Amino acid sequence: MSALPESKPTRLDALVSWIDARFPMTRFMKEHASEYYAPKNFNFWYYFGSLALVVLVLQIVTGIFLTMNYKPSAAEAFASVEYIMRDVEWGWLIRYLHSTGASAFFIVVYLHMFRGIMYGSHKNPRELVWIFGMLIYLCLMAEAFFGYLLPWGNMSYWGAQVIVSLFGAIPGIGESLVEWIRGDYYISDITLNRFFALHVVALPIALIFLVIAHIFALHEVGSNNPDGVEIKKVKGPDGHPVDGIPFHPYYTVKDLVGFIVFAALFSCVLFFAPEMGGYFLEHANFEPADALRTPEHIAPVWYFTPFYAILRAIPDKLIGVICMGLAVVAFFFLPWLDRSKVKSIRYRGWLYRGFLIAFAISFLALGYLGLQPATPEATNAARIFSVIYFAFFILMPWYTRADQTRPVPERVTYDAH
Amino acid sequence: MSEEHVDRSRRHFLLVATTVTGVAGAALTAVPFLASWKPSARAQALGAPVDADVSKLELGAIVKVNWRGQAIYIVRRTPEMLATLTTPAVLDVLRDPDSKESEQPEYAKNATRALKDEYLVLVGVCTHLGCAPLDRFQPQDAQLGATWPGGFYCPCHGSKFDLAGRVFKDVPAPTNLRIPPYRFVNEGVIQIGTDTEAA
Repeated sequence: MSALPESKPTRLDALVSWIDARFPMTRFMKEHASEYYAPKNFNFWYYFGSLALVVLVLQIVTGIFLTMNYKPSAAEAFASVEYIMRDVEWGWLIRYLHSTGASAFFIVVYLHMFRGIMYGSHKNPRELVWIFGMLIYLCLMAEAFFGYLLPWGNMSYWGAQVIVSLFGAIPGIGESLVEWIRGDYYISDITLNRFFALHVVALPIALIFLVIAHIFALHEVGSNNPDGVEIKKVKGPDGHPVDGIPFHPYYTVKDLVGFIVFAALFSCVLFFAPEMGGYFLEHANFEPADALRTPEHIAPVWYFTPFYAILRAIPDKLIGVICMGLAVVAFFFLPWLDRSKVKSIRYRGWLYRGFLIAFAISFLALGYLGLQPATPEATNAARIFSVIYFAFFILMPWYTRADQTRPVPERVTYDAH
Repeated sequence: MSEEHVDRSRRHFLLVATTVTGVAGAALTAVPFLASWKPSARAQALGAPVDADVSKLELGAIVKVNWRGQAIYIVRRTPEMLATLTTPAVLDVLRDPDSKESEQPEYAKNATRALKDEYLVLVGVCTHLGCAPLDRFQPQDAQLGATWPGGFYCPCHGSKFDLAGRVFKDVPAPTNLRIPPYRFVNEGVIQIGTDTEAA
């Protein structure tokens, strides 16, 4: 591929070819970086995929270091977190990196998902990319839930109590299922111990596996872009898409800029507001778990509140739990609910745009309402937004077909900078 | 090896038989792992009955004791409190006034949901999602409105219960607060976790 005159192979080249004869190192690097052709018109929204990967690494590394001082027992857990915060050198930094990282993970992932829906990245041929992504999101929710019990604060305790009780709504087996999950008659030392095992071993392994599957599936079909045009359709004489540029170095460098901006914002939270006024670390969690006293106002951490608001809005326990589950599961069906001929929002009509905007507003409003106490007015508002939330999915086959779409160009639209 | 002599039906049978055996083996292997999640022998032993001394409990007051990690509420109800249980205005707003669909020992399935009318013994765990309901015994509570007869209020999702732990209509909790098995050891001591019959 290079026109430069052949230079004498160095000892490093010899090492590389020694490895390549035994392990597909160079081929792998080419396939996934230096010869992975990504559309040249990626915009701001395309930062969040690589940022999610960065946060995953951050969570794994800080998590490993936290386990070195954390004690997963009801008697010691709360004190061991305080010990990390006060006595372990830089322990506060590692712990705040992990707790802020959890919220950052969800911010990045929600923006990444919204990007996917906006530009039709869930549509044919990327259904599996989307499904692996949704499985990552489910894993992430479980990971966040199990991790939230570990500090053994009072909000940890009652949050776990509420979420585990959700399974009690299943007719017949509910109560025994709840007992099986807890391993006790209440959220106890036993529960804490097993949640720890799931949080630090089982789910991270599943998460890493799913991230690999997500990226492999993406690199098999190629990235979508803000125009929703398949760049593989127009290839140059070299066999590469004319509108594609190698991921490395073009997008690694672009993502590096995104990372620096992200790191600056992240640091602001980390160093100046790690609790984020009670939204990232809830106030009630600064007192130890007390099985006899529920905090005055229970709210999950912000990233679960949209679903929590849906649960609270429904006056029937079982139906409430089912709707909450459906609110998450509905995303899995998006590739098949969406019947539009075009992918990107740029070429869709105002019908779809209107529904998407209403959905985004409902999601945010439910998130806000889920943080507030359950007053009758708040419950009524949550009901209205829940209806809009589900209408987005249920009516999708209809409005995506009825939508006035505009013609999609052959090539991506791109102005040289 | 030549393809002519391949017995396809035998191959198919062996494939199916091996798969079925393998899956059955894997399922059986999963049993010990799944069963290890059930409450252990120690957890079961720690769920033994507890005694609560109510001899010094004042009229209208509540005491909370810990049984199996759950709060057990014991309320010594005043005659006024007991009177609210039978007023039509209260009965009208209850979902299950006769405790037909709720969980309680046979001896507590009555109008006051108690062995002795004066003493209400409840599991302080909301039947919705397990929060601890708050005691709001004053009628016409500022937050709960002028029609509030006094009772329990769950701060998590707004479920309401009367002074016998009976659930209101149009709240998320599906059933009345549970009543644990209990008995009076003597006038002033209630044992939670054992039935009257078993005593």
